[in-house]
Amino acid sequence: MMKFPILTIVAGLPAFIALILLPIKNERLFKVVSLIGSLLTFTVSLPLYFAFQTNSEFQFTELCNWIPAIGASYNLGIDGISLFMVLLTTFLTPIIILSSWNSVKKSMKGFLIAMLMLETGILGAFMALDLLLFYMFWEVMLIPMYFLIGIWGGERRIYAAIKFVLYTVVGSLLMLVAILFIYYYHGGLTGDYTFNLLKIQQIHIPLGYQTWLFLAFGLSFAIKAPIFPFHTWLPDAHVEAPTGGSVILAGVLLKMGTYGFLRFCLPLFPHAVEKFTPLLLTLGVIGIIYGALVAMVQPDMKKLVAYSSVSHLGFVIIGVFSMNAQGVAGGVIQMVNHGLSTGALFLLVGMIYERRHTRLISEFGGLAKQLPIFTVFFMIATLSSIGLPGLNGFVGEYLILLGAFLHDKTYAIFATSGVILAAVYMLYMFQRVMFGKLENEKNKKLADLSAREICLMVPILALIILIGVYPGFILRKIEPSVNHLIHSVKTKQALEQKIDEPLALDTTHP
Amino acid sequence: MNLTTSIIAASPAIALGVTGFVVVALGLFLKNASRYVFLAVSLLGLIISAGLAVNIWDQNLTGFSKMILADNFALVFYLLFIVSAILSMLLAMGSHEQQYMLFPEYFSVTLFATVGMGLMAASSNLLIIFLGLETLSISLYVLAAMKRTNEASLESAFKYFLLGAFSSSFLLYGIALVYGASGGFDLSNIAQVLSAGATGGEHKLLLIGGLLIVIGLGFKVALFPFHMWAPDVYQGAPTPITAFMSTGSKAAGFAAMLRILFTVTDGAAQDWNGILSVLAVSAMFVGNISALRQQNIKRMLAYSSIAHAGYILVGIVAWNETGAAGVIFYLLAYTFMNIGAFGALSFLSSEKRDIVARSDIQGLASSRPITAFLIATFMFALAGLPPTAGFMGKFYLFSAAVKAGHVWLVILGVINSMISLYYYLGIVISMYMRSSDKTETYARPNIAIAISLALAVTASLGLGLFPSFLMNTFEKVVSVIL
Repeated sequence: MMKFPILTIVAGLPAFIALILLPIKNERLFKVVSLIGSLLTFTVSLPLYFAFQTNSEFQFTELCNWIPAIGASYNLGIDGISLFMVLLTTFLTPIIILSSWNSVKKSMKGFLIAMLMLETGILGAFMALDLLLFYMFWEVMLIPMYFLIGIWGGERRIYAAIKFVLYTVVGSLLMLVAILFIYYYHGGLTGDYTFNLLKIQQIHIPLGYQTWLFLAFGLSFAIKAPIFPFHTWLPDAHVEAPTGGSVILAGVLLKMGTYGFLRFCLPLFPHAVEKFTPLLLTLGVIGIIYGALVAMVQPDMKKLVAYSSVSHLGFVIIGVFSMNAQGVAGGVIQMVNHGLSTGALFLLVGMIYERRHTRLISEFGGLAKQLPIFTVFFMIATLSSIGLPGLNGFVGEYLILLGAFLHDKTYAIFATSGVILAAVYMLYMFQRVMFGKLENEKNKKLADLSAREICLMVPILALIILIGVYPGFILRKIEPSVNHLIHSVKTKQALEQKIDEPLALDTTHP
Repeated sequence: MNLTTSIIAASPAIALGVTGFVVVALGLFLKNASRYVFLAVSLLGLIISAGLAVNIWDQNLTGFSKMILADNFALVFYLLFIVSAILSMLLAMGSHEQQYMLFPEYFSVTLFATVGMGLMAASSNLLIIFLGLETLSISLYVLAAMKRTNEASLESAFKYFLLGAFSSSFLLYGIALVYGASGGFDLSNIAQVLSAGATGGEHKLLLIGGLLIVIGLGFKVALFPFHMWAPDVYQGAPTPITAFMSTGSKAAGFAAMLRILFTVTDGAAQDWNGILSVLAVSAMFVGNISALRQQNIKRMLAYSSIAHAGYILVGIVAWNETGAAGVIFYLLAYTFMNIGAFGALSFLSSEKRDIVARSDIQGLASSRPITAFLIATFMFALAGLPPTAGFMGKFYLFSAAVKAGHVWLVILGVINSMISLYYYLGIVISMYMRSSDKTETYARPNIAIAISLALAVTASLGLGLFPSFLMNTFEKVVSVIL
């Protein structure tokens, strides 16, 4: 049966556009081509939302042999969780390209190619339902991101790029070992050697193994997310990356970590999840508070936003590991929200940096008079990040806290403090930058946002408000998948309670 | 009739050897001929040999009283060596170092080396394996000393000769002990003696003999602690020759090792796992950690080749079909990516300027973007990042080890991959992220090297994305030695 391979088209289009760019010499032309190409990708991905049936099945699935020798297949499909990750990616990419229009000074073409290849890698990783295919895409993302930081980054870019790569690779190589282990375990048990996630999900992995496998997968995702104490690569990467790189990094790449927990760790290792939930919730809470406290004292706006990411991703972790409908759905929607609000903040910080070549808060003050449009945009993004009711941040954080409260009140109480701290550090920065007297001479000559900059900000801000007012259009599609996930994890957990250590399985298969 | 079969079974090697002599003879008569004539004849010979190998595919011929085998395992390695020879000859054609090379002789010696490699893979008789190794080694001593006027190069060649002679004697002594214990040179005879239940003394003798054989071959594949020659020789020899040596001779060593270990120690794998694991792990760590600090790229690749030998040994330790097939796959992938890496250096070097240090390629991405992209691809492949052949190969080897239950070995392996990433990325950083302070002059692009690089990069990516056909083939191929 040949179906229309829409996922392949969505994921492959950016790479295809990147190839088209190669021979083009005219700078204006390849900028326009890449912008149109990324917009086209977004347009093609939009029908995914409308055609997505509101149920928990994987949809638009594509399955064909890739390496039949070892049972690896080209297996794509999305459910309610990955749907929005895919859309977020295709939505942000054209915005990033537009935002980098004039700010990338050297080899613009290389930048665009790296960005588009990165988009393909990310989309593939969100769509892959085959462990080996996922791993391929997961690692493929690494190379363009490494170039984005290392070539177009700030002063300490080489250090940041290497740190980013090594941190990520530490996790992912251990994940590879775990993938191999599961592959042979599943193969030995069922006789079917396959990397197909949906098939592998159906077996029960002995509890002793689950712990190690969970740790191997979890380390990889914890570094990516990042969960405290694995976050130290993030401020460096963010601060050194060019604006576009920071946006894609914060907006989408970090979600790869939390998405990984949802897609792989929960269904594959339910028992280990149960065992590690208190630890992860604690780390989540520490991340929230630690990220917020460190953000508060940052003199650099970009660094502040970077640390706020640590704090916000802590919320997502808490949501995911609350293991109830509210928490997980909140976690997923918060992943989208964080992509939008932090993306917007990075873009705005980038805009002011282009004008003043500094991001130090102390250099600014009183910008509200000089840059009214900028200030309004910044305010919306700030309030969204804080979680003001009526904007998107509120929806996610509310659901997460609700979920955490249902799970265990203690975590919820500590996590809530993050909301207050967020208000402190974000508003404190906003106040210092926007209000007060316009004293610095250099700031008096600043021009307000150009038409291009307004064009690229408006869609994000509109979405921020739309999700805040009417989150139903997202939640509706997420819910069945989330419920299904929780149900299957809980069922497996209950079953595995009854199984003692399955000795019979251990002896013959490693 | 019998002789005909024998000749057909040995035909790939015979074709190579005959071509070698033809090239020398031509050199005598055509004193002023362009070196392209010799290249054409040599390539023709290699391609004919490959054709002859394909021709007897699946026929499982044996020749000369079982001295020469033409099973698929041997044939696959013939093809691998031929690929390595073709790619490195193309490099030699375009390299500025050709001024050091005696042209017809270079081609014929390379062809003789290929014969030696072929014999190492195509026999189950220890004496023939030894003969092959000697043919290969003596050819390589000549090749390594090609830069006759360069002292450092001569020193390294001499070092290689001394250590090589040592390793040959280790191998020979091992063969003698094995013969003493089993009364035969043929691997299947030895296996029979072993499985019939050798007595305590004989068993020990066989073990010691086997160990000495592994050591002898360990020199050839540059395993720690038999690797001392590699960095100097790799650095000292002309780059095209280094490329050939590092891939072909490594593959030949592993071909012999695979056949010997898998045929003989059937069922006695436990005796070997410990020592081979230690060799694998130490090769990985020593190679990678020493490579970290190298500023000279050829030297860095030399140390990393020690580490690659360690990864490959992991596949042998796994002791299963996947592992053996993985070894062949990895050797093939390594041939392409390593020749690619060395070739790219040749591509940039000119008589005025030899490009060998990291600082030489600073800012390459802006002056020679395509070459920089190629080097980056080879580096990512050597580091084992997807979607390259290097990743698939490593994945294959490690997967075999996990299958066999050696999870710890694999964890040490991936830790090493991570260490290696640091220095491979270092090259990429030099090319892409640092700008050159002086105006760099690189050689004008040369068509022969460009063809070689194009083949290498296509294969490095192609094997990574679509490995299925070769994986299937190799898994069938190794069934003859299991």
